[in-house]
Amino acid sequence: MSWCCFFCLQWATLRMERGAKEKNQQLYKPYSNGIIAKEPASLEQEIQEMRRSGSGLGGAEFDMSDIFYFCRRGVESIVDDEVTKRFTAEELESWNLLTRSNYNFHHISTRLTVLWGLGVLIRYGILLPLRYTNIPGVVTVLCFSGRMKSFLSEKVHLMCYRICVRALTAIITYHDSENKPKNGGICVANHTSPIDVIILASDGCYAMVGQVHGGLMGVIQRAMVKACPHIWFERSEVKDRHLVAKRLSDHVADKSKLPILIFPEGTCINNTSVMMFKKGSFEIGCTVYPVAIKYDPRFGEAFWNSSKFGMVNYLLHMMSSWAIVCSVWYLPPMSREEGEDAVQFANRVKAAIARKGGLADLLWDGGLKREKVKEVFKEEQQKLYSKVLVGGEED
Amino acid sequence: MGSTSSTLAKIPNAEDLMQETGFTPAHLVRLYDRFKVLDKDKKGFLTPQDFVAIKELAMNPICDRIIGAFFTSGGETLDFPSFVRILAHFRPIDKNRPKEPTSPDPINSRSNKLKFAFQLYDQDKDGKISRHELLQVLRAMLEKQVTEEQLESIADRTIQEADLDRDDAISFEEFRKSLEKVNIDHKMSIRFLR
Repeated sequence: MSWCCFFCLQWATLRMERGAKEKNQQLYKPYSNGIIAKEPASLEQEIQEMRRSGSGLGGAEFDMSDIFYFCRRGVESIVDDEVTKRFTAEELESWNLLTRSNYNFHHISTRLTVLWGLGVLIRYGILLPLRYTNIPGVVTVLCFSGRMKSFLSEKVHLMCYRICVRALTAIITYHDSENKPKNGGICVANHTSPIDVIILASDGCYAMVGQVHGGLMGVIQRAMVKACPHIWFERSEVKDRHLVAKRLSDHVADKSKLPILIFPEGTCINNTSVMMFKKGSFEIGCTVYPVAIKYDPRFGEAFWNSSKFGMVNYLLHMMSSWAIVCSVWYLPPMSREEGEDAVQFANRVKAAIARKGGLADLLWDGGLKREKVKEVFKEEQQKLYSKVLVGGEED
Repeated sequence: MGSTSSTLAKIPNAEDLMQETGFTPAHLVRLYDRFKVLDKDKKGFLTPQDFVAIKELAMNPICDRIIGAFFTSGGETLDFPSFVRILAHFRPIDKNRPKEPTSPDPINSRSNKLKFAFQLYDQDKDGKISRHELLQVLRAMLEKQVTEEQLESIADRTIQEADLDRDDAISFEEFRKSLEKVNIDHKMSIRFLR
Protein backbone atom coordinates (compact mmCIF):
# COMPACT_ATOMS: atom_id res chain seq x y z
CA MET A 1 0.00 0.00 0.00
CA SER A 2 2.77 2.45 0.88
CA TRP A 3 4.69 1.51 -2.28
CA CYS A 4 1.52 2.38 -4.14
CA CYS A 5 1.39 5.83 -2.54
CA PHE A 6 5.07 6.26 -3.18
CA PHE A 7 4.76 5.57 -6.87
CA CYS A 8 1.62 7.71 -7.18
CA LEU A 9 3.38 10.70 -5.70
CA GLN A 10 6.48 10.12 -7.78
CA TRP A 11 4.39 10.00 -10.92
CA ALA A 12 2.60 13.21 -9.87
CA THR A 13 5.90 15.01 -9.36
CA LEU A 14 7.24 13.89 -12.72
CA ARG A 15 4.08 15.07 -14.43
CA MET A 16 4.37 18.48 -12.83
CA GLU A 17 8.01 18.82 -13.78
CA ARG A 18 7.28 17.84 -17.34
CA GLY A 19 4.34 20.24 -17.46
CA ALA A 20 6.48 23.09 -16.23
CA LYS A 21 9.16 22.34 -18.79
CA GLU A 22 6.62 22.32 -21.61
CA LYS A 23 5.30 25.70 -20.60
CA ASN A 24 8.87 26.91 -20.15
CA GLN A 25 8.12 27.95 -16.59
CA GLN A 26 10.25 27.54 -13.56
CA LEU A 27 8.92 24.78 -11.34
CA TYR A 28 10.13 26.50 -8.17
CA LYS A 29 9.23 30.15 -8.64
CA PRO A 30 11.51 32.65 -6.92
CA TYR A 31 9.73 34.27 -3.99
CA SER A 32 8.21 37.43 -5.40
CA ASN A 33 5.26 38.24 -3.19
CA GLY A 34 6.32 41.81 -2.51
CA ILE A 35 3.81 44.52 -1.68
CA ILE A 36 5.92 47.38 -3.00
CA ALA A 37 8.55 48.02 -5.66
CA LYS A 38 11.80 49.04 -4.00
CA GLU A 39 14.40 51.36 -5.47
CA PRO A 40 17.63 49.46 -6.03
CA ALA A 41 19.75 52.65 -6.07
CA SER A 42 22.29 53.25 -3.32
CA LEU A 43 22.21 56.00 -0.69
CA GLU A 44 24.72 58.19 -2.56
CA GLN A 45 22.96 57.92 -5.90
CA GLU A 46 19.58 58.83 -4.45
CA ILE A 47 20.79 61.81 -2.45
CA GLN A 48 22.81 63.22 -5.36
CA GLU A 49 19.80 62.85 -7.60
CA MET A 50 17.60 64.64 -5.09
CA ARG A 51 20.07 67.50 -4.77
CA ARG A 52 20.45 67.92 -8.51
CA SER A 53 16.73 68.18 -9.06
CA GLY A 54 16.38 70.59 -6.13
CA SER A 55 18.88 73.39 -5.88
CA GLY A 56 20.30 72.71 -9.31
CA LEU A 57 23.79 72.93 -7.87
CA GLY A 58 24.36 69.30 -6.97
CA GLY A 59 26.33 70.72 -4.08
CA ALA A 60 27.59 68.59 -1.27
CA GLU A 61 26.08 70.58 1.59
CA PHE A 62 23.30 69.24 3.71
CA ASP A 63 19.89 69.78 2.24
CA MET A 64 16.58 69.70 4.07
CA SER A 65 15.36 67.17 1.56
CA ASP A 66 17.99 64.60 2.54
CA ILE A 67 15.68 63.38 5.24
CA PHE A 68 13.22 62.19 2.58
CA TYR A 69 15.55 59.37 1.65
CA PHE A 70 15.76 57.98 5.17
CA CYS A 71 12.09 58.58 5.78
CA ARG A 72 11.00 56.76 2.68
CA ARG A 73 13.34 53.86 3.29
CA GLY A 74 12.04 53.57 6.83
CA VAL A 75 8.40 53.49 5.78
CA GLU A 76 9.19 51.04 2.99
CA SER A 77 10.65 48.66 5.54
CA ILE A 78 7.54 49.03 7.70
CA VAL A 79 5.37 47.96 4.78
CA ASP A 80 7.62 45.17 3.54
CA ASP A 81 11.02 44.05 4.77
CA GLU A 82 13.32 41.29 3.59
CA VAL A 83 13.94 39.59 6.90
CA THR A 84 10.59 39.10 8.70
CA LYS A 85 9.10 37.19 5.82
CA ARG A 86 11.93 34.64 5.75
CA PHE A 87 11.04 33.23 9.13
CA THR A 88 7.47 32.25 8.37
CA ALA A 89 6.43 29.54 5.96
CA GLU A 90 6.13 30.52 2.32
CA GLU A 91 2.70 31.43 0.99
CA LEU A 92 1.43 29.14 -1.74
CA GLU A 93 -0.23 30.39 -4.88
CA SER A 94 -2.84 27.68 -4.73
CA TRP A 95 -3.97 25.75 -1.73
CA ASN A 96 -2.66 22.25 -1.19
CA LEU A 97 -5.57 21.13 1.02
CA LEU A 98 -3.56 21.38 4.22
CA THR A 99 -5.06 23.64 6.90
CA ARG A 100 -1.62 24.64 8.10
CA SER A 101 -0.85 26.19 4.70
CA ASN A 102 -4.14 28.05 4.77
CA TYR A 103 -3.28 31.73 5.16
CA ASN A 104 -5.55 33.61 2.83
CA PHE A 105 -8.00 31.03 1.70
CA HIS A 106 -11.37 31.08 3.31
CA HIS A 107 -14.57 29.22 2.62
CA ILE A 108 -14.82 29.30 -1.14
CA SER A 109 -17.13 26.42 -1.95
CA THR A 110 -18.70 23.38 -0.35
CA ARG A 111 -17.00 21.13 -2.88
CA LEU A 112 -13.58 22.35 -1.74
CA THR A 113 -14.48 21.71 1.90
CA VAL A 114 -15.55 18.17 1.02
CA LEU A 115 -12.27 17.61 -0.82
CA TRP A 116 -10.39 18.94 2.16
CA GLY A 117 -12.31 16.59 4.46
CA LEU A 118 -11.41 13.68 2.22
CA GLY A 119 -7.82 14.79 2.29
CA VAL A 120 -7.82 14.79 6.09
CA LEU A 121 -9.23 11.25 6.13
CA ILE A 122 -6.58 9.99 3.75
CA ARG A 123 -3.70 11.77 5.45
CA TYR A 124 -4.54 10.92 9.07
CA GLY A 125 -6.33 7.62 8.44
CA ILE A 126 -4.09 6.00 5.84
CA LEU A 127 -0.79 7.78 5.29
CA LEU A 128 0.00 8.57 8.91
CA PRO A 129 -0.47 5.06 10.35
CA LEU A 130 1.49 3.59 7.44
CA ARG A 131 4.34 5.93 8.20
CA TYR A 132 4.24 5.10 11.89
CA THR A 133 4.82 1.41 11.11
CA ASN A 134 8.32 2.42 10.04
CA ILE A 135 9.26 3.78 13.43
CA PRO A 136 9.88 0.49 15.28
CA GLY A 137 12.32 -0.40 12.52
CA VAL A 138 14.21 2.86 12.97
CA VAL A 139 14.37 2.50 16.74
CA THR A 140 15.65 -1.09 16.57
CA VAL A 141 18.36 -0.20 14.11
CA LEU A 142 19.48 2.81 16.13
CA CYS A 143 19.71 0.74 19.29
CA PHE A 144 21.77 -2.02 17.80
CA SER A 145 24.00 0.09 15.60
CA GLY A 146 26.32 0.91 18.44
CA ARG A 147 27.45 -2.64 18.73
CA MET A 148 28.24 -3.28 15.10
CA LYS A 149 31.66 -2.98 13.62
CA SER A 150 32.47 0.07 11.56
CA PHE A 151 32.32 -1.62 8.16
CA LEU A 152 28.80 -2.72 8.90
CA SER A 153 27.92 0.60 10.48
CA GLU A 154 27.90 2.35 7.12
CA LYS A 155 25.36 -0.08 5.70
CA VAL A 156 23.30 0.13 8.87
CA HIS A 157 23.31 3.90 8.74
CA LEU A 158 22.12 4.10 5.19
CA MET A 159 19.42 1.57 5.90
CA CYS A 160 18.28 3.48 8.94
CA TYR A 161 18.02 6.77 7.11
CA ARG A 162 16.29 5.19 4.18
CA ILE A 163 13.66 3.83 6.54
CA CYS A 164 13.26 7.36 7.89
CA VAL A 165 12.81 8.60 4.36
CA ARG A 166 10.07 6.04 3.84
CA ALA A 167 8.53 7.09 7.15
CA LEU A 168 8.12 10.59 5.84
CA THR A 169 7.33 9.57 2.27
CA ALA A 170 10.08 11.84 1.10
CA ILE A 171 10.56 11.85 -2.64
CA ILE A 172 14.06 13.05 -3.24
CA THR A 173 15.73 13.68 -6.56
CA TYR A 174 19.51 13.71 -6.36
CA HIS A 175 21.32 15.62 -9.11
CA ASP A 176 25.00 15.42 -10.07
CA SER A 177 25.87 12.59 -7.71
CA GLU A 178 29.39 12.53 -9.13
CA ASN A 179 30.08 15.55 -6.90
CA LYS A 180 29.11 13.75 -3.69
CA PRO A 181 31.27 14.75 -0.71
CA LYS A 182 34.32 12.61 0.03
CA ASN A 183 36.25 11.88 3.23
CA GLY A 184 38.31 14.69 4.66
CA GLY A 185 36.04 17.43 3.37
CA ILE A 186 33.21 19.53 4.63
CA CYS A 187 29.74 19.43 3.17
CA VAL A 188 27.76 22.67 3.45
CA ALA A 189 24.08 23.04 2.66
CA ASN A 190 21.24 25.51 3.13
CA HIS A 191 19.09 24.75 6.16
CA THR A 192 15.32 24.51 6.25
CA SER A 193 14.54 21.79 8.77
CA PRO A 194 16.09 18.85 10.63
CA ILE A 195 14.84 16.68 7.76
CA ASP A 196 17.69 18.07 5.65
CA VAL A 197 19.91 15.76 7.66
CA ILE A 198 17.82 12.70 6.88
CA ILE A 199 17.72 13.60 3.22
CA LEU A 200 21.45 13.97 2.86
CA ALA A 201 22.36 11.10 5.16
CA SER A 202 20.24 8.62 3.27
CA ASP A 203 22.48 9.11 0.26
CA GLY A 204 25.86 9.09 1.98
CA CYS A 205 27.48 8.93 5.40
CA TYR A 206 28.38 12.11 7.24
CA ALA A 207 29.64 13.21 10.59
CA MET A 208 27.24 15.79 11.96
CA VAL A 209 27.97 19.05 13.66
CA GLY A 210 25.30 20.93 15.49
CA GLN A 211 23.72 22.49 18.51
CA VAL A 212 22.89 20.14 21.36
CA HIS A 213 19.10 20.01 21.73
CA GLY A 214 16.86 18.82 24.53
CA GLY A 215 13.79 16.64 24.24
CA LEU A 216 13.26 14.15 21.46
CA MET A 217 15.98 15.70 19.33
CA GLY A 218 18.50 15.26 22.15
CA VAL A 219 17.62 11.57 22.53
CA ILE A 220 18.19 11.03 18.81
CA GLN A 221 21.49 12.91 18.95
CA ARG A 222 22.81 10.82 21.81
CA ALA A 223 21.77 7.59 20.06
CA MET A 224 23.58 8.62 16.88
CA VAL A 225 26.83 9.31 18.69
CA LYS A 226 27.04 5.67 19.71
CA ALA A 227 27.57 4.53 16.15
CA CYS A 228 29.67 7.26 14.62
CA PRO A 229 31.75 10.22 15.81
CA HIS A 230 29.53 13.32 15.62
CA ILE A 231 30.37 16.72 17.04
CA TRP A 232 27.56 18.19 19.16
CA PHE A 233 28.19 21.41 21.10
CA GLU A 234 26.43 24.05 23.15
CA ARG A 235 25.65 27.38 21.52
CA SER A 236 27.43 29.04 24.42
CA GLU A 237 30.46 26.98 23.59
CA VAL A 238 30.24 28.32 20.08
CA LYS A 239 31.52 31.60 21.40
CA ASP A 240 34.78 29.78 22.00
CA ARG A 241 35.35 29.45 18.29
CA HIS A 242 38.85 28.08 18.60
CA LEU A 243 37.62 25.01 20.41
CA VAL A 244 35.09 24.19 17.75
CA ALA A 245 37.46 25.01 14.92
CA LYS A 246 40.08 22.73 16.45
CA ARG A 247 37.66 19.84 16.74
CA LEU A 248 36.58 20.33 13.15
CA SER A 249 40.09 20.56 11.73
CA ASP A 250 41.21 17.49 13.69
CA HIS A 251 38.34 15.54 12.26
CA VAL A 252 38.99 16.74 8.73
CA ALA A 253 42.70 15.99 8.91
CA ASP A 254 41.93 12.33 9.55
CA LYS A 255 41.19 11.04 6.07
CA SER A 256 39.51 7.93 7.37
CA LYS A 257 36.81 9.99 9.01
CA LEU A 258 33.56 10.80 7.25
CA PRO A 259 32.93 14.20 5.66
CA ILE A 260 31.46 16.71 8.07
CA LEU A 261 27.98 18.03 7.41
CA ILE A 262 27.51 21.67 8.40
CA PHE A 263 24.67 24.15 7.92
CA PRO A 264 26.49 27.49 7.99
CA GLU A 265 23.33 29.60 8.27
CA GLY A 266 23.07 28.45 11.86
CA THR A 267 19.28 28.35 11.92
CA CYS A 268 16.28 27.16 9.89
CA ILE A 269 15.25 29.50 7.07
CA ASN A 270 12.02 29.11 5.14
CA ASN A 271 13.58 27.80 1.89
CA THR A 272 12.95 30.92 -0.18
CA SER A 273 16.39 32.35 0.43
CA VAL A 274 19.88 31.65 1.67
CA MET A 275 21.04 33.89 4.52
CA MET A 276 24.48 34.84 5.70
CA PHE A 277 26.90 31.94 6.10
CA LYS A 278 28.88 31.94 9.32
CA LYS A 279 32.52 31.96 8.37
CA GLY A 280 33.73 29.37 10.91
CA SER A 281 33.53 26.37 8.64
CA PHE A 282 35.24 28.26 5.83
CA GLU A 283 38.30 29.12 7.87
CA ILE A 284 39.46 25.52 8.21
CA GLY A 285 40.99 25.41 4.79
CA CYS A 286 39.86 22.10 3.37
CA THR A 287 37.73 21.24 0.36
CA VAL A 288 34.13 22.36 0.64
CA TYR A 289 31.36 20.41 -1.06
CA PRO A 290 28.31 22.68 -1.44
CA VAL A 291 24.86 21.13 -1.61
CA ALA A 292 21.62 22.92 -2.48
CA ILE A 293 18.33 21.57 -1.12
CA LYS A 294 15.00 22.86 -2.39
CA TYR A 295 11.64 21.61 -1.13
CA ASP A 296 8.43 21.69 -3.11
CA PRO A 297 5.96 23.40 -0.78
CA ARG A 298 2.91 22.08 -2.61
CA PHE A 299 3.05 18.68 -0.96
CA GLY A 300 3.92 19.79 2.53
CA GLU A 301 5.67 22.71 4.17
CA ALA A 302 9.01 21.48 5.43
CA PHE A 303 10.17 24.66 7.19
CA TRP A 304 10.51 24.22 10.98
CA ASN A 305 9.37 27.39 12.71
CA SER A 306 10.99 26.52 16.04
CA SER A 307 9.40 29.47 17.84
CA LYS A 308 5.94 28.23 16.91
CA PHE A 309 6.18 24.42 16.97
CA GLY A 310 8.18 21.96 19.02
CA MET A 311 9.88 18.96 17.51
CA VAL A 312 7.08 16.46 18.14
CA ASN A 313 4.45 18.78 16.70
CA TYR A 314 6.66 19.38 13.71
CA LEU A 315 7.18 15.67 13.07
CA LEU A 316 3.43 15.14 13.28
CA HIS A 317 2.95 17.82 10.63
CA MET A 318 5.59 16.22 8.44
CA MET A 319 4.12 12.78 8.72
CA SER A 320 0.59 13.92 8.00
CA SER A 321 1.40 16.00 4.92
CA TRP A 322 0.95 14.62 1.47
CA ALA A 323 4.66 14.04 1.04
CA ILE A 324 8.00 15.73 1.32
CA VAL A 325 9.21 16.39 -2.18
CA CYS A 326 12.60 17.89 -2.68
CA SER A 327 15.57 18.18 -4.99
CA VAL A 328 19.17 17.90 -3.94
CA TRP A 329 21.94 19.28 -6.12
CA TYR A 330 25.53 18.28 -5.39
CA LEU A 331 27.70 21.16 -6.59
CA PRO A 332 31.34 20.71 -7.68
CA PRO A 333 33.84 21.04 -4.79
CA MET A 334 35.27 24.47 -3.99
CA SER A 335 38.40 25.58 -2.16
CA ARG A 336 39.54 28.90 -0.83
CA GLU A 337 41.48 30.79 -3.46
CA GLU A 338 44.66 32.85 -3.11
CA GLY A 339 43.99 36.19 -1.48
CA GLU A 340 40.42 35.31 -0.61
CA ASP A 341 39.45 35.54 3.04
CA ALA A 342 36.96 33.29 4.83
CA VAL A 343 34.05 35.71 4.47
CA GLN A 344 34.51 36.13 0.73
CA PHE A 345 34.84 32.39 0.30
CA ALA A 346 31.66 31.85 2.34
CA ASN A 347 29.80 34.36 0.16
CA ARG A 348 31.05 32.69 -3.00
CA VAL A 349 29.78 29.30 -1.85
CA LYS A 350 26.50 30.85 -0.73
CA ALA A 351 25.97 32.46 -4.12
CA ALA A 352 26.60 29.15 -5.88
CA ILE A 353 24.08 27.34 -3.68
CA ALA A 354 21.47 30.08 -4.08
CA ARG A 355 21.89 30.08 -7.85
CA LYS A 356 21.53 26.32 -8.18
CA GLY A 357 18.52 26.01 -5.88
CA GLY A 358 16.69 29.04 -7.28
CA LEU A 359 16.78 30.81 -3.90
CA ALA A 360 17.30 34.51 -3.10
CA ASP A 361 20.85 35.29 -1.99
CA LEU A 362 20.63 37.55 1.06
CA LEU A 363 23.31 39.26 3.11
CA TRP A 364 21.22 39.24 6.28
CA ASP A 365 22.25 37.18 9.25
CA GLY A 366 19.91 34.31 10.15
CA GLY A 367 20.70 35.15 13.75
CA LEU A 368 18.36 38.13 13.38
CA LYS A 369 15.59 35.62 14.04
CA ARG A 370 16.50 35.84 17.71
CA GLU A 371 18.76 38.85 18.23
CA LYS A 372 18.44 42.57 17.71
CA VAL A 373 20.10 44.40 14.88
CA LYS A 374 23.71 45.24 15.63
CA GLU A 375 24.62 48.90 15.98
CA VAL A 376 27.17 48.42 13.23
CA PHE A 377 24.43 48.38 10.56
CA LYS A 378 23.15 51.79 11.66
CA GLU A 379 26.71 53.10 11.64
CA GLU A 380 27.13 51.88 8.06
CA GLN A 381 24.20 54.04 6.99
CA GLN A 382 25.61 57.02 8.87
CA LYS A 383 29.04 56.50 7.34
CA LEU A 384 27.63 56.41 3.82
CA TYR A 385 25.63 59.58 4.38
CA SER A 386 28.54 61.46 5.93
CA LYS A 387 30.71 60.57 2.94
CA VAL A 388 28.17 62.27 0.69
CA LEU A 389 28.24 65.41 2.84
CA VAL A 390 31.72 65.78 4.21
CA GLY A 391 33.51 64.10 1.35
CA GLY A 392 32.06 66.65 -1.04
CA GLU A 393 32.96 69.60 1.18
CA GLU A 394 36.60 68.76 1.13
CA ASP A 395 36.75 69.28 -2.63
CA MET B 1 -11.00 37.13 -6.10
CA GLY B 2 -12.67 35.13 -3.39
CA SER B 3 -9.98 35.59 -0.79
CA THR B 4 -9.76 39.41 -1.09
CA SER B 5 -13.45 40.05 -0.48
CA SER B 6 -13.60 37.78 2.56
CA THR B 7 -10.57 39.41 4.19
CA LEU B 8 -11.99 42.82 3.30
CA ALA B 9 -15.09 41.93 5.28
CA LYS B 10 -12.90 41.49 8.37
CA ILE B 11 -11.58 45.05 8.19
CA PRO B 12 -13.82 47.49 10.08
CA ASN B 13 -15.02 50.50 8.04
CA ALA B 14 -13.13 49.33 4.98
CA GLU B 15 -15.22 51.45 2.62
CA ASP B 16 -14.60 54.66 4.55
CA LEU B 17 -10.92 53.90 4.85
CA MET B 18 -10.60 53.37 1.12
CA GLN B 19 -12.47 56.61 0.43
CA GLU B 20 -10.30 58.56 2.85
CA THR B 21 -6.92 57.14 1.90
CA GLY B 22 -7.39 56.19 -1.73
CA PHE B 23 -6.04 52.66 -1.28
CA THR B 24 -7.60 49.96 -3.45
CA PRO B 25 -9.22 46.91 -1.83
CA ALA B 26 -6.20 44.79 -2.79
CA HIS B 27 -3.79 47.25 -1.14
CA LEU B 28 -5.90 47.42 1.99
CA VAL B 29 -5.96 43.65 2.30
CA ARG B 30 -2.18 43.47 1.84
CA LEU B 31 -1.66 46.14 4.50
CA TYR B 32 -4.04 44.33 6.84
CA ASP B 33 -2.01 41.14 6.46
CA ARG B 34 1.17 43.11 7.11
CA PHE B 35 -0.42 44.68 10.19
CA LYS B 36 -1.19 41.19 11.52
CA VAL B 37 2.34 39.95 10.81
CA LEU B 38 3.82 42.91 12.71
CA ASP B 39 1.38 42.39 15.58
CA LYS B 40 3.13 39.22 16.75
CA ASP B 41 1.30 38.96 20.06
CA LYS B 42 -2.08 39.34 18.39
CA LYS B 43 -3.05 42.30 20.50
CA GLY B 44 -5.10 43.96 17.77
CA PHE B 45 -2.91 47.07 17.84
CA LEU B 46 0.76 47.91 17.36
CA THR B 47 3.22 49.33 19.87
CA PRO B 48 6.56 51.07 19.28
CA GLN B 49 8.30 47.78 20.19
CA ASP B 50 6.60 46.03 17.26
CA PHE B 51 8.15 48.61 14.95
CA VAL B 52 11.61 48.34 16.45
CA ALA B 53 11.45 44.60 15.82
CA ILE B 54 11.65 45.29 12.06
CA LYS B 55 15.37 44.88 11.42
CA GLU B 56 15.60 47.17 8.41
CA LEU B 57 13.86 49.93 10.33
CA ALA B 58 16.05 49.51 13.41
CA MET B 59 19.15 50.27 11.38
CA ASN B 60 17.68 53.48 9.94
CA PRO B 61 19.34 56.52 11.56
CA ILE B 62 16.00 58.30 12.07
CA CYS B 63 14.18 55.17 13.20
CA ASP B 64 12.85 56.81 16.39
CA ARG B 65 11.44 59.82 14.57
CA ILE B 66 9.66 57.70 11.99
CA ILE B 67 8.09 55.60 14.74
CA GLY B 68 7.17 58.83 16.53
CA ALA B 69 5.33 59.99 13.42
CA PHE B 70 3.05 56.97 13.70
CA PHE B 71 2.40 57.37 17.41
CA THR B 72 1.32 61.00 17.44
CA SER B 73 0.25 62.66 20.71
CA GLY B 74 2.42 60.28 22.70
CA GLY B 75 0.07 57.30 22.54
CA GLU B 76 1.44 53.78 22.81
CA THR B 77 -1.10 51.96 20.68
CA LEU B 78 -1.73 52.10 16.96
CA ASP B 79 -4.86 50.60 15.47
CA PHE B 80 -5.23 49.54 11.85
CA PRO B 81 -7.09 52.64 10.54
CA SER B 82 -4.45 54.98 11.98
CA PHE B 83 -1.70 52.75 10.54
CA VAL B 84 -3.25 52.99 7.09
CA ARG B 85 -3.88 56.74 7.34
CA ILE B 86 -0.20 57.43 8.00
CA LEU B 87 0.91 55.11 5.20
CA ALA B 88 -1.50 56.89 2.88
CA HIS B 89 0.87 59.87 2.93
CA PHE B 90 3.22 57.77 0.82
CA ARG B 91 0.84 56.96 -1.97
CA PRO B 92 1.91 58.54 -5.25
CA ILE B 93 0.01 61.74 -6.02
CA ASP B 94 -3.16 61.15 -8.08
CA LYS B 95 -2.52 63.30 -11.09
CA ASN B 96 -5.93 62.69 -12.58
CA ARG B 97 -7.93 63.79 -9.58
CA PRO B 98 -10.29 66.67 -10.38
CA LYS B 99 -9.40 69.78 -8.43
CA GLU B 100 -12.30 70.80 -6.24
CA PRO B 101 -11.48 73.95 -4.34
CA THR B 102 -13.89 73.18 -1.50
CA SER B 103 -12.90 69.60 -0.74
CA PRO B 104 -9.98 69.01 1.64
CA ASP B 105 -6.58 68.01 0.34
CA PRO B 106 -6.11 64.26 -0.07
CA ILE B 107 -3.74 62.68 2.46
CA ASN B 108 -1.09 62.13 -0.18
CA SER B 109 -1.06 65.68 -1.57
CA ARG B 110 2.27 67.44 -1.99
CA SER B 111 1.43 69.72 0.88
CA ASN B 112 0.61 66.88 3.25
CA LYS B 113 3.74 64.98 2.31
CA LEU B 114 5.76 68.06 3.15
CA LYS B 115 3.91 68.42 6.45
CA PHE B 116 4.81 64.84 7.29
CA ALA B 117 8.49 65.46 6.59
CA PHE B 118 8.31 68.73 8.53
CA GLN B 119 7.11 66.99 11.68
CA LEU B 120 10.13 64.67 11.50
CA TYR B 121 12.23 67.74 12.15
CA ASP B 122 9.84 69.66 14.39
CA GLN B 123 9.65 67.35 17.38
CA ASP B 124 8.14 69.87 19.84
CA LYS B 125 5.42 70.70 17.32
CA ASP B 126 5.65 74.44 17.69
CA GLY B 127 5.43 74.94 13.93
CA LYS B 128 9.08 75.90 13.57
CA ILE B 129 12.33 74.00 13.15
CA SER B 130 14.71 75.61 15.63
CA ARG B 131 18.47 75.43 15.33
CA HIS B 132 18.49 72.97 18.20
CA GLU B 133 16.01 70.63 16.45
CA LEU B 134 18.02 70.80 13.24
CA LEU B 135 21.16 69.87 15.13
CA GLN B 136 19.37 66.87 16.65
CA VAL B 137 18.41 65.53 13.26
CA LEU B 138 21.92 66.05 11.91
CA ARG B 139 23.33 64.27 14.93
CA ALA B 140 20.99 61.32 14.34
CA MET B 141 21.96 61.04 10.68
CA LEU B 142 25.70 61.46 11.22
CA GLU B 143 26.46 60.48 14.85
CA LYS B 144 30.18 59.75 15.23
CA GLN B 145 31.13 60.41 11.62
CA VAL B 146 31.62 64.20 11.92
CA THR B 147 32.73 66.55 14.69
CA GLU B 148 30.40 68.76 16.69
CA GLU B 149 31.84 71.88 14.99
CA GLN B 150 31.08 70.48 11.56
CA LEU B 151 27.51 69.71 12.66
CA GLU B 152 27.08 73.27 13.95
CA SER B 153 28.42 74.84 10.80
CA ILE B 154 26.10 72.71 8.64
CA ALA B 155 23.14 73.75 10.82
CA ASP B 156 24.12 77.43 10.64
CA ARG B 157 24.47 77.35 6.89
CA THR B 158 21.14 75.58 6.39
CA ILE B 159 19.25 78.07 8.53
CA GLN B 160 20.96 80.97 6.80
CA GLU B 161 19.80 79.73 3.41
CA ALA B 162 16.25 78.81 4.32
CA ASP B 163 15.33 81.33 7.04
CA LEU B 164 13.82 84.24 5.15
CA ASP B 165 12.26 86.24 8.00
CA ARG B 166 15.44 86.04 10.07
CA ASP B 167 13.89 84.60 13.22
CA ASP B 168 16.59 81.94 13.50
CA ALA B 169 14.10 79.14 12.85
CA ILE B 170 12.52 77.56 9.79
CA SER B 171 8.75 77.78 9.56
CA PHE B 172 6.66 75.46 7.44
CA GLU B 173 6.35 78.07 4.67
CA GLU B 174 10.12 78.58 4.55
CA PHE B 175 10.55 74.79 4.53
CA ARG B 176 8.14 74.50 1.62
CA LYS B 177 9.86 77.28 -0.28
CA SER B 178 13.33 75.77 0.07
CA LEU B 179 12.04 72.49 -1.37
CA GLU B 180 10.16 74.09 -4.26
CA LYS B 181 12.11 72.38 -6.97
CA VAL B 182 12.44 68.96 -5.38
CA ASN B 183 10.28 66.24 -6.89
CA ILE B 184 8.41 65.45 -3.68
CA ASP B 185 6.08 63.02 -5.37
CA HIS B 186 8.97 60.82 -6.42
CA LYS B 187 10.98 61.06 -3.23
CA MET B 188 8.16 60.72 -0.72
CA SER B 189 6.16 58.02 -2.45
CA ILE B 190 6.17 54.28 -2.29
CA ARG B 191 5.18 52.29 -5.35
CA PHE B 192 2.49 49.87 -4.25
CA LEU B 193 2.27 46.88 -6.57
CA ARG B 194 -1.11 45.85 -8.02
